[in-house]
Amino acid sequence: MKITRRQTILMGAAAAIVVPSLGWASATDDAIAAFTGGAEAQAGDGLTLTAPEIAENGNTVPIEVSAPGAEAILVLAAGNPAPEVGEFKFGPLSGEQMASTRIRLAGTQEVIAIAKMPDGSFQRASQEVKVTIGGCGG
Amino acid sequence: MAENVTPRVRVPSKASAGDTIAIKTLISHPMESGQRKDKEGNVIPRSIIHRFTCDFNGESVIDVTMEPAISTNPYFEFAAKVPESGTFKFTWYDDDGSVYEESKEITVS
Repeated sequence: MKITRRQTILMGAAAAIVVPSLGWASATDDAIAAFTGGAEAQAGDGLTLTAPEIAENGNTVPIEVSAPGAEAILVLAAGNPAPEVGEFKFGPLSGEQMASTRIRLAGTQEVIAIAKMPDGSFQRASQEVKVTIGGCGG
Repeated sequence: MAENVTPRVRVPSKASAGDTIAIKTLISHPMESGQRKDKEGNVIPRSIIHRFTCDFNGESVIDVTMEPAISTNPYFEFAAKVPESGTFKFTWYDDDGSVYEESKEITVS
C-alpha cells in the first residue's frame, strides 16, 4: 500500500505525542515500585536526604542518607540515563542507619531516597540538585 | 582485573564496648559507567564495582548495591556498632569478577 505524505506526517505527529509520555519519569517510578513492591512511599521525617542545592561538578556530588531504624535505603537520580544510584542495606551491626557517598548526576535533576522501614512501610525524600557540569561522560 | 585498585579504610583502633563508630572507605577504581565514548565514537563498556560489604566478626554492618552512578573512586562513610574486639572485613566486588578485600582490627575495652 502506498503511504501518502499526509499519512506519514500524521503518523509522525502521533508518535511525537506518544513518545514523550513514556519519558524518564516512568523508569524512576519502576525502580521505586521494584523496591517497595508497589507500595506508596510517604514523605515523612524518618528519612533525611542531604545533597547540595548546587553541584559544581556532576561527576562527584556528595550525598548523605539517614533513616533511623531503616532496613534499607534506595537512592535514585531521576534525570540520569538510568535512575538507580545505589541501595544501602543495613545489617545487625549497623550503628546508625545512614550512609554518605559521592554520585554522578548527568544534569540538574531530582535526587530521590526511599527508606524501607521494619514495619513494612516506606518513606520518601527528594531534593532538586542544580548541576553546572554534567557527570555522565558527556 | 581493573588496574591499581587500592582500597583504603579508616577505622578507629580502639573503642568502648557498645560504641557506635564512624567508618570511612575509599577504593581507587575508574567505575567506567558504560556511558562514555572513545575517540572513534565507540562506547567504552561498563566496568564498575557493583557491590560493597562490611562485616564485623562475621556479622553484616552494611551491604551496598552500587550502580554506574556511584562516582569514580567510590567513597562510603557509615556507622558500625562494636560490641567486642574483633576484625572488620571490607569487600568490593568488581563486574570483571575480581574481589578486593581489606580488613582492620579494633580493640574494644
